[in-house]
Amino acid sequence: MSELTVNTELLRKVLVGFVRDEVRKVGVRKAVLGLSGGIDSALVAYIAAEALGPENVHAIIMPYRTSNPESEAHARLVGERLGINCQVVEITPMVDAYFTLFPDAGNLRRGNKMSRERMTVLFDHSAALSALVLGTSNKTELLLGYGTLYGDMASALNPIGDIYKSQVWQLSEAMGVPMEIVEKKPSADLWAGQTDEQELGFTYREVDELLYRMVDLRMSRPELALFGFAPEFIDKIYTTVQNSHFKRRLPVIAKVSNRTIDRDFRYARDWGK
Amino acid sequence: MDFTVALAQIKPKLGCVADNLLLIEEAVEQGIREQAGLVVFPELALTGYFLKDLVPEVALPLDAPEIRRLIELSRYISIAVGFVELSREYRFYNSALYLEGGEIRHLHRKVYLPTYGLFDEQRYLAQGDRFRAFDSSFGRMGLLICEDMWHLSAPYILAMDGATTLICLSSSPGRGISQAETLGSTASWQKLTSTTALFLNSRVLYCNRVGYEDGVNFWGGSEVIDPSGAVIARGEILEEDFVLAGISEAALRRERISSPMMRDENLFVTLNELKRIGKERNR
Repeated sequence: MSELTVNTELLRKVLVGFVRDEVRKVGVRKAVLGLSGGIDSALVAYIAAEALGPENVHAIIMPYRTSNPESEAHARLVGERLGINCQVVEITPMVDAYFTLFPDAGNLRRGNKMSRERMTVLFDHSAALSALVLGTSNKTELLLGYGTLYGDMASALNPIGDIYKSQVWQLSEAMGVPMEIVEKKPSADLWAGQTDEQELGFTYREVDELLYRMVDLRMSRPELALFGFAPEFIDKIYTTVQNSHFKRRLPVIAKVSNRTIDRDFRYARDWGK
Repeated sequence: MDFTVALAQIKPKLGCVADNLLLIEEAVEQGIREQAGLVVFPELALTGYFLKDLVPEVALPLDAPEIRRLIELSRYISIAVGFVELSREYRFYNSALYLEGGEIRHLHRKVYLPTYGLFDEQRYLAQGDRFRAFDSSFGRMGLLICEDMWHLSAPYILAMDGATTLICLSSSPGRGISQAETLGSTASWQKLTSTTALFLNSRVLYCNRVGYEDGVNFWGGSEVIDPSGAVIARGEILEEDFVLAGISEAALRRERISSPMMRDENLFVTLNELKRIGKERNR
């Protein structure tokens, strides 16, 4: 059994408690999240529904014209199973209007724009519904920087940001996320047939085993090599984590005063909560 | 003396002394209603844990109205409570008070301030410099604050100083999810409290908080351990709780008869060897 195997009952309790506590302490009762039809957002919806009650969870499905119709169907399935509020907001008009100004933009720019468009919709609904935006990036994606800065990486609270994709699978199964969602190939669904693992060049299970030992257990390179990880794979992942670190930090501020935000002006976000 | 102890497994609000004082007063009243002799609160119960730059804003001198209020309440029930202490030299300590009979019986300033991993205490707080046992209505006791207990010498000193009850106030963050039944930090603490009681033939009263601060959970699971290391009572994991347990003088007596390790502990061998080690290190 993989060392990544977790006690899902305990993990569920911690994450459900997290959403309940951190949402309510800021004085609201609701959460809003984007449902993509994939497993990460489905799991977050399950956690949120249990934490806040389905009536307090607002899911927004935001397809683009090239999105796989199966994604929307899966997102709707999650919404129906949980009895949460579900709404569809097409992002095609906004995204296409923008790219008429930049018709030569490639896949990367278009994918990032879609991701950021979705996040503006979510944060708009955060204000409209008095609800906190829940993040749906897992630890694997965050460490690899496999996400869009100020797009899907943005949120108010992220219940799954400290669990690897392999653990997302386990917890999703334990919480009853529909099996067709648990079992399908992960995809950002930016163009037809895209899969994460094809784009990354390795499987989530492989990289999770490495990341867990590299990050959580702090194993050295020789130790990792002894475990059977190829030196090139270790180097590639280490560099990927390093080069995407900017995505996991606040913007860098030029220091001139004696108390600079986050350097020597340090408060928890739950200050007074 | 037999008595009932209450462990108030509360959820303090970060940086909100007035709100937390109310929470503490409610638990004190509950303790009085339940006829407990002593109510124990977590580390930094008056302030919350990840204070960072809030430390100077929430710190209280020993003559602060909030402390005077708790001293007043100790006429009805003994109270062990954690807070940030402001000293006359404007040092800030992670402190615990033992209040009884309308007075301060003991003040402990946390000696071991963890500054590793997710901890950053020594950046903001001053280090205490002593472990002293003290007499209470319920026998001789010693106070420890969280990390203090992870240093073998701390409970050892208190036990050698005559404490038969060790009170540990804690804000322990939950971490280390695995296949195991509990979080890694829970499992480690449960071993520690039980082993400490067993080694020192002393009771351990461990009060840990719950709630979340910036995504970090505090796992609760407050415990009353008898001098044989057995768990008499344990609070809920990750939920608020109010744990009540009867403490038996007879159980302490029996344990000290059957396992007289503390009687046989040779203070002078220990002292001589520690002095030698100290000398050799100074060379």
